[in-house]
Amino acid sequence: MTEPIIQVRSLHKWYSGVHALKDVSLDVLPNEILGLVGDNGAGKSTLINILSGTQTRTSGEILFEGRAVDFRGPRDAMNAGIETIYQYNSMVPTMSIARNMFIGREPVKYGLFGFGMLDTKRMADESVKAIADVDLHLRSPDALVGELSGGQRQGVAIARAMHFKSKVMILDEPTNHLAVKETEKVLGFVKSLNDLSITGIFISHNIHHVFECCDRIVAMARGEIVLDRRVEDTNMDEVMDVL
Amino acid sequence: MRRLLKIYLEKPELAGVVFLIVLAAIFQHQSGGVFLNSFNLQGLLGLLPEVALVAMGVTLLMICGEFDLSVGSVFALCPMVMAVMLEAGSPFILAYAAGLLVALMVGFTNGFLTVHFNIPSFITTLGMLFVARSITVVISGGFPPMLPPDVLPKWLFTAYVGPGGMFRMSFLWFVAVAVLLTVLLQRTNFGNWIRATGGFLPAAQSMGIPTKKVKIATFMICSLLAGFAGTIQVMRLGAPLPSIGEGLELQAVAAAVIGGTALTGGIGTILGGIIGAILIRVIDNGLVLSQVDANWFKLALGALTVFAVIVNSWLRAKAKAIKVETST
Ligand SMILES: Nc1ncnc2c1ncn2[C@@H]1O[C@H](COP(=O)(O)OP(=O)(O)OP(=O)(O)O)[C@@H](O)[C@H]1O
Ligand SMILES: [Mg+2]
Repeated sequence: MTEPIIQVRSLHKWYSGVHALKDVSLDVLPNEILGLVGDNGAGKSTLINILSGTQTRTSGEILFEGRAVDFRGPRDAMNAGIETIYQYNSMVPTMSIARNMFIGREPVKYGLFGFGMLDTKRMADESVKAIADVDLHLRSPDALVGELSGGQRQGVAIARAMHFKSKVMILDEPTNHLAVKETEKVLGFVKSLNDLSITGIFISHNIHHVFECCDRIVAMARGEIVLDRRVEDTNMDEVMDVL
Repeated sequence: MRRLLKIYLEKPELAGVVFLIVLAAIFQHQSGGVFLNSFNLQGLLGLLPEVALVAMGVTLLMICGEFDLSVGSVFALCPMVMAVMLEAGSPFILAYAAGLLVALMVGFTNGFLTVHFNIPSFITTLGMLFVARSITVVISGGFPPMLPPDVLPKWLFTAYVGPGGMFRMSFLWFVAVAVLLTVLLQRTNFGNWIRATGGFLPAAQSMGIPTKKVKIATFMICSLLAGFAGTIQVMRLGAPLPSIGEGLELQAVAAAVIGGTALTGGIGTILGGIIGAILIRVIDNGLVLSQVDANWFKLALGALTVFAVIVNSWLRAKAKAIKVETST
């Protein structure tokens, strides 16, 4: 049997008075696309925020590629190879595509103590390539992200994650507030993760979307995992029932 | 129209440039050719660095998404620290370093209080405006310290240089700082972090940028520039008055805004701040030359600021609407 890329063991999370995750254990296999569903407040975002380093766990253990990890911030998770794409907050609208691609990970020339001159040529070239790689057609890497549609923005975020060779891509409701056509595009990106040997964790409130692009469905309710099945072993009614 | 809007979005300071040219033409006409003669330009360029240095710092900080209302007080405090130490017989270098260090400490305090207690910088720096001014007056002992003669290296900061003594040394300092800040903001990774932090904080955070440190550092740069500008004014005047720089914080914000810096952060350029500062100096000077009552200056400045914000936000809204059209 293949070793899971992420293993979550007895994870607990308390927010002052709220017990948001209650003894959650979950194995994510390499190359699978896992759909995470659940009602509002079920704890989905909390779980993936801990995996992506933006929040800290109260107790429990996380293993990444077999080794225990303790992410102190998003950078730790990104360095390990876990990239997260949020509904809104992964792009700065007032900055160009090329600059957004490299926020916090800018290639620099003449660097000293981590500061240096931007290698703008490399940023432009590599972002053009990264965007073309995800089959997104944009005029110029100098266009502002604010000029892009919501779906295009998610496309750039996904291109960014791929460019940095992420092994696991977490998408937290990436299709929220998108028009039908745009949503289709984003779902297309999610489906393509398989071919690129990237593991995906896809959170959505739309059960049809989840069934459309995932290999496995995990449902959460009130901070616990209440269902964990391969898509072919379940159906929408069963998932709806447990929620 | 579409092309114009695109240019505007990429170069938000352009509207200011156009306005500056128009204004210069009007003043040139009104003053019967005095405005652009070398004597008047010399005067203009001599005073410009003091406002422009402060405006550049404030612009950088506004791009980072924060405000500094204490720059006018730091403008007075920094040279006052220097003067008090000079009066006590300390060598210039030491006194100067101490003054700038105090400016940095004020900036650090502003930034630290703002990010760690999560309060609007409008409030923290409003408090600092009073605190720093009060300290300035207290350490001055109520009247300006007497500086030993020839202790100030005026040759390095305020002496006239260039063909026909066209510039003061301070102008060269100003140009050097302007180039440095522009490179910092546009060409370094730190500049990228400043813009990302001010442009959309959650995105900057989720990409792992140390936004708190970036903000504190930018507060410190802003304060340092204000203090530096203050020392230049004191060297030009020869005496450290505790009241210098009053109202300067608002002129600096006005300069930034006139130059296209958005109040919401993320948008703006150093050049824009400079153009705003030039506009302010030009209006002040041009009104005097046109023999208009000097009290109209504040009215003109206020009207221009509001006008600039309205034009900027109108243009941005317009540009946004067009983008939505093209993207669907
Ligand atoms: N930063 C926080 N501070 C306090 N409580 C929080 C915080 N974030 C989440 N919670 C609480 O933790 C619980 C789980 O929230 P979480 O955001 O993980 O749910 P979710 O499954 O992502 O819901 P949604 O579908 O609405 O996004 C909720 O009760 C929520 O109120
Ligand atoms: Mg959520």
